[in-house]
Amino acid sequence: MIVLNHSQPHGHSHSTAFFDVAGLGPQLILAFPFAVALVIYLFAAATVKKKGKSWQGYRVVLFTIGAGCALAAVIGPLAEWAHANFTVHMLGHLLLGMLAPLLMVLAAPVTLLLRAMPVKWGRRLTKVLKSLPARIVTDPAVASLLNIGGLWILYTTELYAAMHDDVLLHLFIHMHVFLAGYVFTASMISIDPMPHRTAYLYRAIVLVLALAGHQILSKFIYANPPAGVPRAEAEAGGQLMFYGGDAVDVFIIFMLCLQWYRAARPRGKMSQKTSAGQFTPAAD
Amino acid sequence: MDADTKLEAGSANEPNRLKYSGRNFWSGFLFGLGMIAFIDEMVFHQLLRWHHFYDRSTMDVGLISDGLFHAFSWFATIGGLFMYADLRRRRAVWLTRWWGSVLLGAGIFQLYDGLIQHKVFRIHQIRYVENVIVYDIIWNTAAVIMILGGVYLLRRVQKSVKREEGRS
Repeated sequence: MIVLNHSQPHGHSHSTAFFDVAGLGPQLILAFPFAVALVIYLFAAATVKKKGKSWQGYRVVLFTIGAGCALAAVIGPLAEWAHANFTVHMLGHLLLGMLAPLLMVLAAPVTLLLRAMPVKWGRRLTKVLKSLPARIVTDPAVASLLNIGGLWILYTTELYAAMHDDVLLHLFIHMHVFLAGYVFTASMISIDPMPHRTAYLYRAIVLVLALAGHQILSKFIYANPPAGVPRAEAEAGGQLMFYGGDAVDVFIIFMLCLQWYRAARPRGKMSQKTSAGQFTPAAD
Repeated sequence: MDADTKLEAGSANEPNRLKYSGRNFWSGFLFGLGMIAFIDEMVFHQLLRWHHFYDRSTMDVGLISDGLFHAFSWFATIGGLFMYADLRRRRAVWLTRWWGSVLLGAGIFQLYDGLIQHKVFRIHQIRYVENVIVYDIIWNTAAVIMILGGVYLLRRVQKSVKREEGRS
């Protein structure tokens, strides 16, 4: 199917054949996994309820909105416009690589699957999650490098221009942006079982460095437009990346701190006192 | 008598504050640094629009420094407040020490921003006007005043601790 594209080396002309980069074919291919994931999630939530176990409704809402964000970025008018306009492309990047992963991580899909699945399948899934590759990829530093490093390569090399000519590259990069964003977010604030949990301080340091890498790149893009991107679009896109990144990151930071706050709660006599409501106003 | 109510360099309401005096310092320091960076972003970038998002004379190291401090300050604001909440539930809040370190953190970042980031790395100027030197002087004087105020409060706390220790 994809071979068809090579007969049209200049993909960014406005002839939108089915398997053109901007055509419907790649859009459907990219949308398919998200649609399937959403159906599986809803089905699993229904199964869990039928079994009489509990599953919070707000998680279903989070996953649905998350999948919706990802779908909006890969199929439909926004996805098409993103080919012509860098600022819109950046909006898609924020939806696909940051907001959708955040919402979906908070929806705890692995926990839901484990509850819905027969025990035998669950063991297999856990085995995969505990495998060495999974352990390596979900280390915060590796996940950050895959996520932020990937973006640096995309926007500071020829890759961004090439992505608009080559369907395979286009598909690969878009899936990578989502997956790297998901694994990165999960490595920081996963509620799901993780292969190995790392220390809060380690996660905090890596998160700050990753966030910095993202913000430095957004100003770099502002100053050095990727090849073929008009200056005004690069400037607007860079600022959107900067402030949009801030807005999403604030939630990741908040969740990480909240998890620390809960894990570090004092135990024993002190905590009993606290729960009895014996707080007194701070005084000097 | 409950061991918790024993007076240790301080108050009956916050019996554990000496044990957590380090956390009081870092909670305040991080929050102060984050808060001043937040004010900088909100007032000077967004409301007044004096600061520019990017200045063509920015050095590469300035871009890196700016990004790192921006990310760190974002984390520090939230992390510092969570640490404060932790101190409260442990009944270990030491307000004078906390405010002292807030001022110190805010002043140090403001001074770093005003001298190194604005003037050496040239990430942007305070305002794009002719007599920017006036703005620089006010900016950095404010930073020094915050640092001095912070040091004063922190020293006062240290002195009161020593006095308590001498008495017991």
